[in-house]
Amino acid sequence: MGTKDKQGFFGNWGGAYIPEVLHQTFEELNAEFTKCKNDPAFWQDYVELMSTYSCRPTPLTHAENLSRHFGGAQIYIKREDLNHTGAHKANNVMGQGLLVKRMGKKRVIAETGAGQHGMATATMAAKFGLECTIYMGEEDVRRQRPNVFWMEKMGATVVPVTDGSRTLKDAINEAFRDWVTNVDETHYVFGTVCGPHPFPEMVAWFQSIIGLEAAEQIIKYHGKMPARIFACVGGGSNAMGIFKRFIPESGVELVGVEAGGHGIATGLHAVRLSGTDASPGVAQGYKTMFLQDDDGQMKETHSVAAGLDYVGVSPILSDLWEKGRVRFESATDSEVMAALDLTMKKEGIIPALESTHAFVQAFKEAPQLTPADAIIINMSGRGDKDIFTIAHAFNDPSWKEFIIKRGLEYSQGK
Amino acid sequence: MQLEQQLRDRLEKKDILLMTHIVLGYPSFDTNRAVIRQMVENGVDCIEMQIPFSEPMADGPVIVKANQEAIKNGTKVADCLAFAAEMTASHDIPFLFMTYYNIIFKYGEKAFFEKAHACGIKGFIVPDLPPEEGESFLQLTAEYEIAPLLIFAPTSTDERMRVLASHGRGFIYCVARRGVTGTKSVIGQDVLDYLKRCREATSMPLAVGFGIQDRDDVSALIGMADMAVIGSQTIRLVDEKGAGAVGPFIAGLR
Repeated sequence: MGTKDKQGFFGNWGGAYIPEVLHQTFEELNAEFTKCKNDPAFWQDYVELMSTYSCRPTPLTHAENLSRHFGGAQIYIKREDLNHTGAHKANNVMGQGLLVKRMGKKRVIAETGAGQHGMATATMAAKFGLECTIYMGEEDVRRQRPNVFWMEKMGATVVPVTDGSRTLKDAINEAFRDWVTNVDETHYVFGTVCGPHPFPEMVAWFQSIIGLEAAEQIIKYHGKMPARIFACVGGGSNAMGIFKRFIPESGVELVGVEAGGHGIATGLHAVRLSGTDASPGVAQGYKTMFLQDDDGQMKETHSVAAGLDYVGVSPILSDLWEKGRVRFESATDSEVMAALDLTMKKEGIIPALESTHAFVQAFKEAPQLTPADAIIINMSGRGDKDIFTIAHAFNDPSWKEFIIKRGLEYSQGK
Repeated sequence: MQLEQQLRDRLEKKDILLMTHIVLGYPSFDTNRAVIRQMVENGVDCIEMQIPFSEPMADGPVIVKANQEAIKNGTKVADCLAFAAEMTASHDIPFLFMTYYNIIFKYGEKAFFEKAHACGIKGFIVPDLPPEEGESFLQLTAEYEIAPLLIFAPTSTDERMRVLASHGRGFIYCVARRGVTGTKSVIGQDVLDYLKRCREATSMPLAVGFGIQDRDDVSALIGMADMAVIGSQTIRLVDEKGAGAVGPFIAGLR
């Protein structure tokens, strides 16, 4: 992790730009988090919970067919899709759930983009007996209908957010508004390594379980450290999760892949660190590189993957980018669809659209390396949730026919 | 003249002062101009002008919508600064800027202070900039004689209030309850107890905001606070009845 200078800062980035009404709650949160960090029993409880309620350690799969196909590096896939609820998001949420229990709060709220963080939070709330409200941009509710269905079934209230661009950043604003109103009883389960201190550090800490496992696994299967690690970057939680353990390993190149959308030149993307469109700013409680105009107004972003469709990026990643420790690249929507198709055909694995961005870059670079090298792709989540988006993007005729028929049945009251 | 002294002079003649709020560029600068004229003519003592921001985290639905519409209408920070200069030259009451920190940060802190000072602005309210993150900002407020208007909340401890007061100047903005702007709050015993704590923490004038809507709300504050803040209510009024309704509304508050 980057050097911490001022409280909550990573180099030039981070901080806690919060309204006064939240000051006291952040004092309490910081105190409790510090206690947990310094208590080895807390981490043990966390690992125990993740190995009994979820599927940790998640496997590291050797993608033999893809490795052969590209004829370069051995490609390994870290399978966060096999975590409970189908994504890495559960790691952070269950960790914060343990924290909420210690703080004695009765209600949790969360923002969600792709719906995976909302799903995980709804699951945790059900398990721990907490009241739960999820804020989700109206645009994302439409894109991720299956996740909305499950959240509601688990007893959460899902609130579609109709302000602004109706995506992740607007859901975050709305969750903050709920929090300032209901601060005494409520904990905001922030979903990514962004937002005000201590969230970036806290979420990175819980997610670091990914890299801790991956380091052991790659030594076991490959006998040495990987040459490169690829992870997609929206807010950056899965990337920080797998990178953190490897930051001191100078021989391991860390590559973050952002959403290129329709292409950087079109302006319809979410490229913060791998392009030149972003600039330093302060919003949503922290300082980082934002996609904003000259006045400091946030811009609209675009990605086929709701979870990457975000104006800011982790302050920890901005620091690692500035220091040259993490290299950033981007993948376009159409490259993502091609890589997804190839991965399904060659390996029988369905990565989420978000995760597929990492596959795109790994596929570009694997041929540059030799079979003696290994690379790891962090598959942050499974693609099942994206069935509507993926089927639509593939323009799949039999799926369309099924939807038309089912729609007709529903409209006839069957 | 310094903001606090301006307010103290006005308090010589009134039981309680009124501060109003507008969102610049919403629905238009022409309407802003008409609304401000009515406010001043009907005895408003201080006006906070909000420079719109795309992510107004601490605001409620009425002001959020106004921010979004203003930006959609093409309102630029430069337009807001020019309009501010025009207002301070036309009306003899203190004008403040309220905005989120990114607007100032992106403009360049020093450049923004210089410009605001030249425009005759007397204070800044920046709800997402706690003093811990505002070191350079606070230095510039002294250099340019622009009051940093810090916020007390009901969740602030006595000790925290004293820390905030040590950084603030002009007046202290006391948020009457938890939550975002624009929701009605009842001035009950808990609010009065809270205002007592605020009074003990500072000798600066106290402004009380969030959800004040009528004469009863304002008179309930007399003796407990120095200035009542009318925020979302005038925006609602202009939306529903036009700028002309603002004058009679203000006149009826005291």
